Amino acid sequence: MNFEFSEEQNLLREQARGFLAQACSPGLVRKVLNGQETGDNTLAGKIAEMGWNATVIPEKYDGLGLSYFELCVIAEEMGRAVAPTSFSSSVYLATEALLLAGSAKQKSKWLPKLASGEVRGTFAMAEGPGRTTPKSLNTTFARDKVKGVKAPVADAAVADFAVILVKANGGDGASLVLVDMKSQGVTHEPVAMIDPTRDHAAVSFEGASGELLGEKGSGWTLTQKLLNRAAVLFAWEQVGGADAALEQAKNYAMGRYAFGRPIASYQAIKHKLAHMYVKNTLARSNCYYGAWALATSAKELPLAAATARVAAIHAYEFASREDIQTHGGMGFTWEFDCQFHYRRSRLLSVNIGSLGQWQDKLVDAYLSANGASNAA
Amino acid sequence: MDFEDTKEEAKFRSEVRAWLKANAPTKKELKGLGEIEASKLWQKRKYDAGWACIRWPKEYGGRGGTAIEQVIWNQEEVKLATPGGVFAIGQGMAAPTMMTYATEDQKRRYLPKLASGEEIWCQLFSEPAGGSDLAALRTKAEKVGDEWVINGQKIWTSGAHFSDYAILVTRSDPNVPKHQGLTYFFLSMKSPGVTVKPIKQISGGAHFNEVYFSDVRIPDSQRLGAVGQGWQVALTTLMNERASIGAGGGGVGVTQAMKLAQKLEIDGRPALEDRAIRAKLADWYVQESGLKYTGYRSMTALSRGAIPGPENSIGKLVGAPKNQEMAAFCIDLLEEHGAMWDPNVSEAAGLYQLAYMSSPGLRIAGGTDEIMANIIAERVLGLPQDMRADKGLPFNKVPTGVN
Repeated sequence: MNFEFSEEQNLLREQARGFLAQACSPGLVRKVLNGQETGDNTLAGKIAEMGWNATVIPEKYDGLGLSYFELCVIAEEMGRAVAPTSFSSSVYLATEALLLAGSAKQKSKWLPKLASGEVRGTFAMAEGPGRTTPKSLNTTFARDKVKGVKAPVADAAVADFAVILVKANGGDGASLVLVDMKSQGVTHEPVAMIDPTRDHAAVSFEGASGELLGEKGSGWTLTQKLLNRAAVLFAWEQVGGADAALEQAKNYAMGRYAFGRPIASYQAIKHKLAHMYVKNTLARSNCYYGAWALATSAKELPLAAATARVAAIHAYEFASREDIQTHGGMGFTWEFDCQFHYRRSRLLSVNIGSLGQWQDKLVDAYLSANGASNAA
Repeated sequence: MDFEDTKEEAKFRSEVRAWLKANAPTKKELKGLGEIEASKLWQKRKYDAGWACIRWPKEYGGRGGTAIEQVIWNQEEVKLATPGGVFAIGQGMAAPTMMTYATEDQKRRYLPKLASGEEIWCQLFSEPAGGSDLAALRTKAEKVGDEWVINGQKIWTSGAHFSDYAILVTRSDPNVPKHQGLTYFFLSMKSPGVTVKPIKQISGGAHFNEVYFSDVRIPDSQRLGAVGQGWQVALTTLMNERASIGAGGGGVGVTQAMKLAQKLEIDGRPALEDRAIRAKLADWYVQESGLKYTGYRSMTALSRGAIPGPENSIGKLVGAPKNQEMAAFCIDLLEEHGAMWDPNVSEAAGLYQLAYMSSPGLRIAGGTDEIMANIIAERVLGLPQDMRADKGLPFNKVPTGVN
């Protein structure tokens, strides 16, 4: 049994944690939250210098050609630091979409620049309230032109290109289209978010030029594959955040006295923190399995990804809520950092599909892995 | 990261498989045997072939193997549903305590018979007034010459009715604070003055007992640890208890619940198509899977010769309440039919009803949910202990209630 990260991967974790403690301090997160700074001003550049954007990009596209284990390690640390930058949209989604469905030409054009950090991409799926499905899509792609509005789109203001999900006749009912964000007909308006440390916008495509990414009418299937891969990476961010929230709650409870003793000595608080630890541990172990399935392209990926994602949503949501609760009134003030996790956990819970969607996917994946034929 | 055995582990696993395949008891062999006879037959066979108690030293009846070998053995044996639960307390808790505190002669006398299954042990710890607060126990031990005279009562003693020996914690001095006045022994359950009375549980079974002591005499040579050091000795036992009481087998798992939800219908469609049903099953799957891979992480540590981290301490706290919730969920799926508990009529011969009625016990035995949460809070997260009203008080001055 060798169900553990390697020495090198653990070293990378230490290095990443050290780097982010400097480059992405709570002070920086707060500045971004207050609108005094954007995470993409300096942080994104420093991260690119570390080479993290290039982690899983093959060497022939000037990437590092490392495994997804390394990217999972980085994702966990990004989550722990509540990094206010465009890493997830560009690396877990746009880069992955190119790796998954890009033509040789598209890959050659974008991947080397993604690896160096010279360009960033994003992924645009949602249009309105409720679940996105091929039927719900209103964005169209005809004669190489995209028409429609996507919102919220992460990091649209800094993205050089977007991979967008559009309606298609035939096939699975949708296509993926790559649009250069500088093309004529693309405009974006910032939208206020529950987590203002992550920039999002409403993006209008008014006859903007685009090109298919993957086959026409295969967009829905590709998106499911893409989201399975991204789910593992987002789950690692969530686990990192959940552990940070637990640590924050613990430190406060140890130092805060009520009725003449640390509140950490009361069972009501101890049990709350113990249950955080339980959920975080379940999520982490499921994320290990997700990392393994992603890194080895295992056929179990759909089940492993959904399991990691569901567990990670539960863990981070619980930890971030109970972190504030443990802090009492101070946790509810703007001055305290508890809000970082409360905001980020909610954003991460919906950004690639809500808990309900992933619970649904989990059961479907379980049935297909365990022989749905038993069903009837 | 992978799930592969190392070369040595793979070799060991294939030996284990081959031996189990050739030697596991057949249904025919076990036919007509009670649980204890069946367990003894199988344990003796393992012992004779050198497969009993893998990690114990050979001179005490074990195999002299490693922790990872024990895990591999368990993984392979569990697939065959062999009998043997009756030895869990003796081998899992009494034996490690004996190994640490008994004399060499005692170890050579008792441990091999524990390994071979010839002698079964139980654990006399909990009392009517000392459950979660175990150190509040009152069973009195008085030194008379070279012997100790024991009077009092224990409760929740699993398997006392078929045990040959027992480990016992007593109060030898009520005039000092509670943790300081305890003394630990082992004794024969056949000792004059020991009376065992089964306790009927809400599930209908009777696995536990009350055990009464009336002037029971124990030679001082059967004391484990120094007089007044009983608490330290008991901690050795308890550390092993928590390792040996797992997520609680015999309950309802996701596999059964998924099948049930596929079979039963809501409004003419399989219940499993219902979003609310799916959400619950997905959450329980996540818990099962999380425990499984947490176990793999611990196993990896063992495989590397390291000590596993604290992550395994979550097993019982997750598994026991989950079992109760899932049993209730399955009964709900069955609707009114689920209220019937008759093996001839009930779905799955009454599995769900039995699981529901047994599950409160799993949430209590070996440390309640609340105690398990305290352990995680204090030992894993390093939070302070609760303030205790009895701290520093002589035991006989500690306030007591009516329950």
